[in-house]
Amino acid sequence: MRRSGRPSPRGRRPQQDMGTPDSLGMTPLGRKTAETGINFTSTTRFSRGLTFIRTHTLFGQSPARRIIPQTSLLQENADPQKIAFLLRKQWTLYSVTPMYKFSYGNLKEYSRLLSAFVAAEKQKGLAVEVGNDLGIKVTLSALLGLKGTDQDQAAILVQIASRSQLPVENAEDRVVWSGWFCCVSGDDFLENVPEDFTCLSLFLANGAESYTTIVGTWFQKTFDCCFSRLTISPLNLAWMAAMWTGCEVDSHMAATELVFSVPCLPQTLDISYAIHPEDAKALWDTVQKTPGEVTQEEVNLFMDCLYSHFHRHFKIHLSATRLVKVSTSIASAHCDGTIKILHSKHLIGVLMLLTELAISQIQ
Amino acid sequence: MSLVRPFDKLPTLNSAALLLVGTDEKQQQQLAEAILKEKKTFKINIHVATSLPLPAERDHIRPRIDLIAFLINIQSKYSLRNVEASLPHVDANFFLGKVCFLITGVGRMNHCSVEMNAVRKLGNLYCSPVIFCELDSEGIRVATAQRLVRMLQICAGHVPGISALFFSSLMKNSIDE
Repeated sequence: MRRSGRPSPRGRRPQQDMGTPDSLGMTPLGRKTAETGINFTSTTRFSRGLTFIRTHTLFGQSPARRIIPQTSLLQENADPQKIAFLLRKQWTLYSVTPMYKFSYGNLKEYSRLLSAFVAAEKQKGLAVEVGNDLGIKVTLSALLGLKGTDQDQAAILVQIASRSQLPVENAEDRVVWSGWFCCVSGDDFLENVPEDFTCLSLFLANGAESYTTIVGTWFQKTFDCCFSRLTISPLNLAWMAAMWTGCEVDSHMAATELVFSVPCLPQTLDISYAIHPEDAKALWDTVQKTPGEVTQEEVNLFMDCLYSHFHRHFKIHLSATRLVKVSTSIASAHCDGTIKILHSKHLIGVLMLLTELAISQIQ
Repeated sequence: MSLVRPFDKLPTLNSAALLLVGTDEKQQQQLAEAILKEKKTFKINIHVATSLPLPAERDHIRPRIDLIAFLINIQSKYSLRNVEASLPHVDANFFLGKVCFLITGVGRMNHCSVEMNAVRKLGNLYCSPVIFCELDSEGIRVATAQRLVRMLQICAGHVPGISALFFSSLMKNSIDE
């Protein structure tokens, strides 16, 4: 089905047969031997076993350009209260392979099964008192309105709430853990997915790590999917910094802050570089040529400008360090795979980017 | 004037010289030690530099350079910029097989700051092989050292019948055609 990424083939091939002294540096492509003369242009077609469906996401690459949709608003049927619940929280990111035989009609059934599973896992190793109700309630619900295109699957919200121990009536359940699956504009990348599979490639979790593992295990066992932590490379963080600085924010703009980690010292040094949001936006506006589209060169230019400004003042080459965290008015992301989204207006845009990263990780 | 030229000096008998250019000195040391540990039939001189041009004062005692390996650390954009700034100081005749790009740090792709397209374009532009390796891993370091020794042997002309010009013909990628 999907193959894991491979390093670029170009670099490896010339050196394949150089090990033995007798070999004449032959590869399957250059089949001429030294005796028959020098051949500079080889016209043999080398058929490779692997064909890459999306050439722009070969291992380690990022696309040359990304489109920022201008009208990426939430769909009309979004529940503002639920959406507000998603904002301003720190979410840990996971990428999920397509789930087998997941049905939106059975959400109540899944809630029941998952509750039982969570209760059982929590009680493992504890002396069980008969009749002691741990008071864990799990609900699965659909999150409407988080779709980029109509082919996207609806998002699912999973919440673990502990039942209130107070004897008072209408005591509210306290939510101890939340997680949600979504996939925004993933259909460009997920062609040829067979039926019976539901693609909800991005999973965001907030709460205790133990609950995340339990829920993840249940989903993996029930739907034969695979969860893996989504890390964000410095290259993608630079994209985020550039794209999010360029977004229009009506209310109060927070400073754009970049955190770099210097690798070589015995204790790693963290450098935090904060830029006034209007200055950062002004710089990005001079760099970006086509509104609605961001290219790799523009991102590089933006980051180089920031680096050279820093170098002029502090004589430190930030390009030799590693970018670990980006915070803008829209959202903040850390390379370990955590994100915090601050504005509902740009929620879809951020999710679209994260979905793309999740899908490229599972491919 | 301050160019590194391939043929302006006479070769020394049964020896070859390799020039490693890169910002990470520790990696260069590791690679140089791995190369010197290899079994070989000729003497190897390894010269190490952080950037070109090489200082002109010691030029007369420097041997003829047979192979230049530019080290680019994929976790540091600065190393790519440094290599790009050093390339104009290399004479054009070197790019007939006597230059190669060594991309290090590919073992941890989630720390990469250099995009693969840029690296590939560099290899295309300068018609030189691009070798990916991870010098922190012992096995790959030894394998890379072996490859470099072999390339150096060919570039210095120690292998009869093959010259460095062959490297360009081995680099064609049929996917792009």
